[in-house]
Amino acid sequence: MNFPEQLRYTKDHEWIRVEGGMGWVGITEYAQGELGDIVYVELPAVGAKLVQGKSFGTIEAVKAVSDLYAPLSGEVTELNKEIQDHPESVNKDPYGKGWMVKIKLSNAADANGLLDAAAYKALVGK
Amino acid sequence: MLKQTPFDAIHRELGAKIVEFAGFEMPVQYTGIMEEHLAVRSRVGVFDVSHMGEFEVHGADALAFLQSMTVNDVAKLREGKVQYSAMCYDDGGIVDDLLVYRLADGYMLVVNASNMHKDWEWLSSHVKGNVRLTNVSDATALLAVQGPKSLATITKLTAVDLKPIEYYSFVRGTVAGVPMLISRTGYTGELGFELYFQADPKTARTVWNALFEAGKEFGIAPIGLGARDTLRLEMGFCLYGNDIDKTTHPLEAGLGWITKLNKGEFHGRDVMLRAREQGLKRRLVGFTLPDRLVARHGYEIASGGAVVGQVTSGTFSPSLQRSIGMGYVNAGLASPGAKIGIVIRGKESEGTVVPLPFVQKQQ
Repeated sequence: MNFPEQLRYTKDHEWIRVEGGMGWVGITEYAQGELGDIVYVELPAVGAKLVQGKSFGTIEAVKAVSDLYAPLSGEVTELNKEIQDHPESVNKDPYGKGWMVKIKLSNAADANGLLDAAAYKALVGK
Repeated sequence: MLKQTPFDAIHRELGAKIVEFAGFEMPVQYTGIMEEHLAVRSRVGVFDVSHMGEFEVHGADALAFLQSMTVNDVAKLREGKVQYSAMCYDDGGIVDDLLVYRLADGYMLVVNASNMHKDWEWLSSHVKGNVRLTNVSDATALLAVQGPKSLATITKLTAVDLKPIEYYSFVRGTVAGVPMLISRTGYTGELGFELYFQADPKTARTVWNALFEAGKEFGIAPIGLGARDTLRLEMGFCLYGNDIDKTTHPLEAGLGWITKLNKGEFHGRDVMLRAREQGLKRRLVGFTLPDRLVARHGYEIASGGAVVGQVTSGTFSPSLQRSIGMGYVNAGLASPGAKIGIVIRGKESEGTVVPLPFVQKQQ
């Protein structure tokens, strides 16, 4: 199972890639495996304000529906439109084509409080 | 203490995701629900459903007993035939839905694993006259082999001519050297067979390996409970605990076709006669949703600002690539084309009532 080093992780199984005050958010490979086949991702509109730890969307898998939680606070600047038509990208490429939202971070330094790859890996016991 | 089926070691070797279901550790998926679902629709899949309960009923009064306990007309059931039926409480609520097999010297009932103990209690407490009830669940392994290539797969392993076996019929024969009951039934809507045989891990492995060797050329795949649910829902088949339970009666569940109100007395009959007379207040319907949101068991169904029912089952249909579901609605809304609101996380999504099954199939 893949745990990219350059990402930060949450206990709720989201990842965020922080670059120059912006953050790209998705769910981890472990999360997609637990959810199974994903059929729909409900995301907030561009301009929506995300609050760290709060739900910002939902993810529908065949079996169940789950909330998505914001790894960090910020404003949504872009959505991955591709996953609206191809939600299976989240299963196939969770760290790449399966990204969900891009946010302008309120405070990029908060990323230091998130889990790094080793800590997340330990959390999921892999 | 959870129970395992005789195929447990095989599921683990295959890397299945195992979940607790009805007191058993069962494979919910091997490679993914979507992929497994489509394997059954286009090729052939094997389900371990050994958790199901099997009871045998023998004795001179077995027929009279089953007539009083089940809603379908057991007198019409000839040897070698299978009948879909239900057991009801006196208030019409459903105890369980089941299959009734007419054996040479009695009957076999196949019941839901989740209801096995309750069914046994219910049946035992009503035994009258010369009736011998035996629970053979633990001694019975059950594999469902389903899909367009199921016939070709099993044919390679048996001298029995499977082609003439009609839907809802069975024969006894040997498959892969193992004596079994070969039943042309299933919960998928596909051409398929259910194989009942002796439950021990060695026999289980013999049959499993033989099926996968024979089905290799057809792309045979192991199928978990996840796809079993999406397959049955595409056919509009009821699942006990979701679409039917002790608060629903067969007529409103669309099971009027198995409920023979004119056959004589049986548990629940009086209530259903009255319900038929007065007209059904609600009905189980199928619906589709326009978007990819999934309706889940327990979601409210609304119309004109009022709650008119509840979703009982819902999924994203792998065959149709759209969201489908079933639920109870007021009888006035139970016609194809009717618009109903499915309340998903506080928002109404406009559903359309459609005829069942969602997917047309030739068994």
